[in-house]
Amino acid sequence: MTSEIFAVDPLVLFTILVMAAGTYLTRIAGLVLTKFVTFSGRTEAALQAVPPAILMSVVAPTAFATGIAETAATAITAVAALRFPMLAAMTIGVVSVVVLRMALAVI
Amino acid sequence: MKSNQNKSAVNAGPNEFLLGVTTFFPLVFAATPIGLLFGALAAQKGMSPLEVLLMGSFVFAGGSQFLALDLWADPLPWLTIAFSTFLINLRHVLMSASLAPKLGHWTTLQRYLGFFILADEVWALSEQRAMKQHTTFSFYLGVGLTLFITWQVATVAGSLIGAVMGDPSRYGLDFAFTALFICLVMGFWQGRKTGVVLAASGLAAVLTHKFVPGAWYIIAGAIVGVIAAAIQYDDNPNGLKNSAEALQS
Repeated sequence: MTSEIFAVDPLVLFTILVMAAGTYLTRIAGLVLTKFVTFSGRTEAALQAVPPAILMSVVAPTAFATGIAETAATAITAVAALRFPMLAAMTIGVVSVVVLRMALAVI
Repeated sequence: MKSNQNKSAVNAGPNEFLLGVTTFFPLVFAATPIGLLFGALAAQKGMSPLEVLLMGSFVFAGGSQFLALDLWADPLPWLTIAFSTFLINLRHVLMSASLAPKLGHWTTLQRYLGFFILADEVWALSEQRAMKQHTTFSFYLGVGLTLFITWQVATVAGSLIGAVMGDPSRYGLDFAFTALFICLVMGFWQGRKTGVVLAASGLAAVLTHKFVPGAWYIIAGAIVGVIAAAIQYDDNPNGLKNSAEALQS
């Protein structure tokens, strides 16, 4: 049993290390980039749009193209986020997706 | 960067670290079931708990770890896995470029070591922090280490106990990170221009997700949103023009 827990296949280890190297490269690329390029004017405005643009892209397929329950819960979470602290808004979102999924399954 | 940012932030003490830990803490409850699920799926694919720990520690990127599991087969298609995970992780280039100018007094070593754990949630909370003041290394570490430890404990536990816990979507927990990101998006709202960026990103992401297999939708949505922001950039906003004229007169 112990040997199974600590078993490491060489090819698995190799795959993990290649994945890790690629991931680390993408993570430090921005550090290297911003060291050599100074952003101003239009490029700075573009870079400032990165956070909302990425966050939106990550959630968009779940939020708008999965089902009615998910889209409705997205709207509820967004409204809740304007009024309540983050944790409360998240909880409202998670609870509403569960309730909506159950309600839609009944119908 | 932005003029409303306070540049006096220093990497001071345990308070910043504790603030990072407490800022992340609620997300422990969202990350744990997802980690358990990852571990259970990895065990089904024949990965040992130690292999799960190694992947979590070295790669530390949930999305690409799930993608790798999806592609996991015998014989191991390591090149396909490496390339696919690289693609899904390309968003980190934009993330680190965006966050880099907003850091407090980080040494070069702190930057290059710290960004090893620049997972989505760590980045997002650091960006949110940067709206108020520069993100300190201590705050970043507080957020990052809490997620790091949570992720390793949860994924290894999942691989040991297997499929006991069942599907997290039963409790709506698959929606937890979507809900987090929606909350954070609302925080980045700065008026009509942000609305155009969000609409462009969302549309591009949904369309790409629908028609292009793989993880291209994130990078496509991000790039379209960034282009939308660049197009909207006003070379001579009224406020600046007026103050420039006032200076000249």
